[in-house]
Amino acid sequence: MSGPSRRTVLAQGSAMLALTAGSAFAGPPAAPDFPFPGGNGARPLTKDFPQKGTMVLQRSRPPLLETAFTDFDNQVFTPNDKFFVRWHWSVIPTEIDPASFRLKIHGAVEREISLSLSDLTSLKKVEIAAVNQCSGNSRGFFEPRVPGAQWGNGGMGNARWTGARLSDVLEKAGVKSSAVMARFTGLDQPTVSEGPVFKKSLSLEHARQPEVIIAYAMNGKPLPLLNGYPIRLIVPGWYSTYWIKMLSDIELLEAPDDNYWMKTAYLIPDTPRADMKPGQAGLTMVPINRMLPRSFITNIGRDAKLKANAPAALRGMAFGGDCGVAKVEVSADGGQSWHEAKLGKDEGAYSFRQWTARVATGAAGPATLAVRCTNTKGEAQPDTPNWNPSGFMRNVVERLPVTLA
Amino acid sequence: MKFIAVTGCVVLAASLMAAAPAFKSMSIELPPDAASFPDGPNVKTVNQNCLACHSADMVLDQPLLPRTTWTAEVTKMRNVYKAPITDADAALIVDYLAATHAPP
Repeated sequence: MSGPSRRTVLAQGSAMLALTAGSAFAGPPAAPDFPFPGGNGARPLTKDFPQKGTMVLQRSRPPLLETAFTDFDNQVFTPNDKFFVRWHWSVIPTEIDPASFRLKIHGAVEREISLSLSDLTSLKKVEIAAVNQCSGNSRGFFEPRVPGAQWGNGGMGNARWTGARLSDVLEKAGVKSSAVMARFTGLDQPTVSEGPVFKKSLSLEHARQPEVIIAYAMNGKPLPLLNGYPIRLIVPGWYSTYWIKMLSDIELLEAPDDNYWMKTAYLIPDTPRADMKPGQAGLTMVPINRMLPRSFITNIGRDAKLKANAPAALRGMAFGGDCGVAKVEVSADGGQSWHEAKLGKDEGAYSFRQWTARVATGAAGPATLAVRCTNTKGEAQPDTPNWNPSGFMRNVVERLPVTLA
Repeated sequence: MKFIAVTGCVVLAASLMAAAPAFKSMSIELPPDAASFPDGPNVKTVNQNCLACHSADMVLDQPLLPRTTWTAEVTKMRNVYKAPITDADAALIVDYLAATHAPP
């Protein structure tokens, strides 16, 4: 008889149980009912999307799939089949032939070039761990509520990306001194042909930074098609809107990009944390850019029951935004007292960083757990949420109501 | 200039890196999406127009929004995303949304 004996299977099973004991998240994810202000937070789970496992269904078409929050627990890298999915237009190629796929580089260049996938893989290979987070992650928690994808906190993920440096690709084409921006387009198409093709731009200075890569692997595997197969732009530290999927075209521009997706959409007020008041006028609006620090408790769910007057083992992850994590603190009393968490392995400045902590709980009754990240630039998550009409860049200290008994 | 400080983190030893993947032809099928909008005034017009570009859950998952916001959303669908919705249908769609998905 081949394969593990029943005894072995049982032994492995009980070992796994021991590891997950105390976690309110043991077992498969449940369909979430996000506690959004004003409600309407119930979402179904789906296993119907190709190359994806169980995901939270935010929108069927164009696909908008959220990572179930339990999938962030106890693993620093988000599995490819659990990584969130977001498309703007419904016309997504469902077939990719890698032999004929080309990445075109044109515009203000010395020579227009068209690179095959093997051209790309023959360039110097680099690898970087980086968080990919939707600009509007956690939008459903905005108050007052704003229209847009009503994400919970799972519109983000962390992966190890492998690819070629964008600067090496640009070098092959020879960027003219008149170029000021690089504009990126993928293979997705507007549903209505006159609609604006999804294009995003980076300044040439940013495009040439060594951490900006064109990835052909995600956690060591080809990207799932819905995450951008065969290649995707990786812009560590910046929001996902710049991480163009199925990247097929790079155009060097001699003037700032005035296309809709840069000039009108994805704008934020030029204020700290993009914070403003509803209806506030006279603000300068700029394209969204760098991410802010965030942190989460991942082993305890909302409204979990914990032991009163006892040590509670907490774990989770944090990220600094566009720099590393300096410190994670946790609180078991709603933020009155804070205790520094122990940071896990450093996978690089742009990665999730795991943390663990033990805190003493108080007397029986309702309590609030909280977690706060300070990044290596000294920026800490604030106690009050930011607000803007697009629902971008939420990074308030996360608070988790629990019951102590 | 702010990126210079992190340059050193980017490159890892080659031995730690995954090999370049073998690219394979990829073909997927997206799941069917047949759901229509729940009953309400002008629902037929809503189904005829809105479902051409996106599924109903895009709208149904939104918070309750005032009529002015729904008007702006329908206007954006027409003017920015070029949805071919007539003036008459746009008014009927806003009426549906204001009747079924707005605060009391």
